[in-house]
Amino acid sequence: MNSQTMSNQIIGGPGLFSRRDDSMAKGEPLLTVENVSLRFGGVRAISDVSFDIRKGEVRAIIGPNGAGKTSMLNVINGFYHPQEGRISFRGQTRRRMRPSHAAAQGISRTFQNVALFKGMSTLDNIMAGRTLHMKRGFFWQLWRHGPALDEEIRHRRVVEEIIDFLEIEAVRKTPVGKLPYGLQKRVELGRALAMEPDLLLLDEPMAGMNLEEKEDMCRFILDVNNAFGVTIALIEHDMGVVMDLSDRVVVLEYGRKIADGAPDEVKASQAVIDAYLGVAH
Amino acid sequence: MSAAIPEAENFTQGAVQAPAPAAAASGETFARLLDLHAADRGARPAWRHKDRGVWQTWTWAETRREARAMASGLAALGVKRGDCISIIGFNRPRLYWAVMAAHALGATPAPVYADAVADELAFVCAHAGARFAVVQDQEQVDKLLAVADQLPELRGIIYDEPRGLRDYDHGRLHALDQVMARGRERLAAQGVGGEAWLDAEIAAGRGADLSVILYTSGTTGRSKGVMISHERAVAAARSTCQFDRLDEREEVLAYLPLAWVGDHYLTFAQAMVAGFCVCCPESADTVTEDLREIGPTYYFAPPRVLESLLTRITIRMQDAGRFKQWLYRRCIAVARRHGEAILEGRPTPVAGRLAYALGEALIYGPLKNTLGFSKIRVAYTAGEAIGPELFSWYRSLGINLKQLYGQTEAFLFVTAQPDGRARPDTVGPPAPGVDLRIADDGEVQFRSPGMFTGYFREDDKTREAMTPDGWVKTGDAGFFTSDGDLKIIDRAKDVGRLAGGALFAPKYIENRLKFYPNIKEVVAFGDGRADVACFVNIDLTAVAAWAERNNVVYASYQELAAHPQVAELLRQDIVAANAALAQEEAMAPSQVRRFIILHKELDPDDGELTRTQKVRRGFIAERYAPLVRALYDGSAEADITTEVTFEDGRKGQLSARLRVHDLGGGQARAASRPAQANRGLS
Repeated sequence: MNSQTMSNQIIGGPGLFSRRDDSMAKGEPLLTVENVSLRFGGVRAISDVSFDIRKGEVRAIIGPNGAGKTSMLNVINGFYHPQEGRISFRGQTRRRMRPSHAAAQGISRTFQNVALFKGMSTLDNIMAGRTLHMKRGFFWQLWRHGPALDEEIRHRRVVEEIIDFLEIEAVRKTPVGKLPYGLQKRVELGRALAMEPDLLLLDEPMAGMNLEEKEDMCRFILDVNNAFGVTIALIEHDMGVVMDLSDRVVVLEYGRKIADGAPDEVKASQAVIDAYLGVAH
Repeated sequence: MSAAIPEAENFTQGAVQAPAPAAAASGETFARLLDLHAADRGARPAWRHKDRGVWQTWTWAETRREARAMASGLAALGVKRGDCISIIGFNRPRLYWAVMAAHALGATPAPVYADAVADELAFVCAHAGARFAVVQDQEQVDKLLAVADQLPELRGIIYDEPRGLRDYDHGRLHALDQVMARGRERLAAQGVGGEAWLDAEIAAGRGADLSVILYTSGTTGRSKGVMISHERAVAAARSTCQFDRLDEREEVLAYLPLAWVGDHYLTFAQAMVAGFCVCCPESADTVTEDLREIGPTYYFAPPRVLESLLTRITIRMQDAGRFKQWLYRRCIAVARRHGEAILEGRPTPVAGRLAYALGEALIYGPLKNTLGFSKIRVAYTAGEAIGPELFSWYRSLGINLKQLYGQTEAFLFVTAQPDGRARPDTVGPPAPGVDLRIADDGEVQFRSPGMFTGYFREDDKTREAMTPDGWVKTGDAGFFTSDGDLKIIDRAKDVGRLAGGALFAPKYIENRLKFYPNIKEVVAFGDGRADVACFVNIDLTAVAAWAERNNVVYASYQELAAHPQVAELLRQDIVAANAALAQEEAMAPSQVRRFIILHKELDPDDGELTRTQKVRRGFIAERYAPLVRALYDGSAEADITTEVTFEDGRKGQLSARLRVHDLGGGQARAASRPAQANRGLS
């Protein structure tokens, strides 16, 4: 196969997010959380929280430490099962769901502590995000020939698009364990993107980054939202980032929702100010 | 992106029928050369670009078709003959094609350094009177929009990569994809914008038309627009292609700044004359890897690139096992003894040849392969003087590295070393067709085939740069050696005298010191002073590797640079450099007596270096005046506060207390101030 036909194969065919189902209009609720409560034994992590995430928006979940933000994300992607309440995604209501189902339905996420395969290259890590889209069985994969090879080329193309998008060409073949933290976070975002999700959950995407890395990450998040129309829910502590990035903000404190609305409204809310600065009782 | 082959052949035939002979009468232009290549070698690769991890190739026929689509699309936006088009971005085929598209329409491209901050960009675009700008991505669009009020003549910005630009106001913004699609439609139709119309436009181009305005990097102040005409550019490129026997089989990597004369000459003009293939790397960070994959046959690298490659090799060898280190040292020693003689075909003892062949199999071959240097037939270095050891090191491995001396005003080549006559300390005899002379004050002056036609919109500066009898003043001081090679000492205005009357050539000293891997940049002082002192920048890659091996803990560049053990490390290097300087009669008085390790890297964003990474001596002396004082008043420490510019354009303050290190030995002052000397050494 000469380079010419090879590149034709790579360049042709559908691109990233081209198979997206756009039956839902922008602004419709993509995910709704109704009266959800979550307990671990006697600890109430989340009590009676309701909010929605609309298609195409950047939704921030904020709150002081231990407010239940990460628990909320874990509930949304099916890692925790709430004792009460309902969650609907794309209009379908569910009570119990496994994370793999959430992934299959189009919810992907990144983690607060980077959870990559440290010994694998950037490329392989992002490729792992394509597993759900791989159709060929063990037999074909084993031989890496015929249909399995065609499939791999197709997926590699999407992965290369992501690598290009996130500007990580230079570390394509570097084991991620060797990369600086900021880049690892970016690779993790890449892996989540590789699933071509409808809803992307980002758990503190900018924790531990310096100013420049944060600015880069903000740009990537906005571009993902803008270029691919991916709905984003993010947890973040840097208020400047939250207020700049998000369309709407929900604020949790001790597992309860204390505010919900546009960044400016939330910033002005007395309950939020009290929660962050503390108040004399 | 690649064409089906039958279509390409159609185009080839179309080009053959084009009325070429009539056009030749009005001189050669690049637009007509493109037609010729598409006809002669339409199916040969012309451009490659690594995109999405795969090398993609465009043949000459495809390149012509893309450039024509772009030309017709640009014409639809209003680009006219005589317009100036700014081109801003990293090395991408489409930006080079924009140059070809401008040529087809009789417009003049003016490439701008992609890393220029918004103000520099505004100056160059406004000075060139650019009506359109073809740019790579959002970053460049943002910069242009930020200074839009200073660019009243700018009518349109055409961008290649749409990412992040979706929500921008598209009044003046155009996507290159759409411009080219429009161009293809127009080409398919009759009338204005059609194939015949474009052929007529190309035929209307004259050899005396401007082919490019290249802005100088501004080593000595504001950048000036150097105008180069088509016929002179083609003549210059043709003579050097013959000189090095470059033909359509060459492959080169385009990785140097688009706006620099070297890149425009080596990857555009010479490629357009010889018809060879130019490869664009995936991104600025992947150049080393892409170089290895391409394995160019013709290569250009400024000394600092060669330096950093050698530094990397040295560091990695230090991490190798003991046997490998021993083998490497032995083989390099053999190469040092016989390598250059074998390369130049001089007589070599049989034992030496055998040892060298073994070294080639064990070390040099694999090493060149790792660097991507296996296929190099001709390699050049220029831009500044190269350390003799560095130069010989590469040549001893069998790489035909040569020096050239050139200027934007000459459209690069003034002198070039022929094969088999490369010396580290001279820049060779005049290039083909170049007349060279030394003025009474020692300044080098030339007349060359590619000589500029003047500075754009600055006739007074043009007159300053030329002698009344039509020679160009280089501003460099030099002399001819006994065998007719030119030797450059320094910028004519930088060469000075020490207080004792000895010659002081700062660049010469700096280059000596920069050969040591731990030293990245040096600024030497000494004109009118009793002796020489300097500022030093550590090389972060090398010193960080050393710190890791020696358990030296540091948190930042500043902390590492201030570490006493690092100072000791650099002191040893400078003592060794002094010993080498002492061997040379003219330079012996120029040994470095005192030095300061700077707390920050010299940076073009702060105006300390030019965009081509040359030290701006005068500016640095002013900015770090307290430190210069400390170098000469005997104090052991000095405080400095400087303004730094961050990548996003914001400014901040950086202050530090730096030690002045004393090497002693300055006869007069060692006697007069022993106390300070001791303190400096402690």
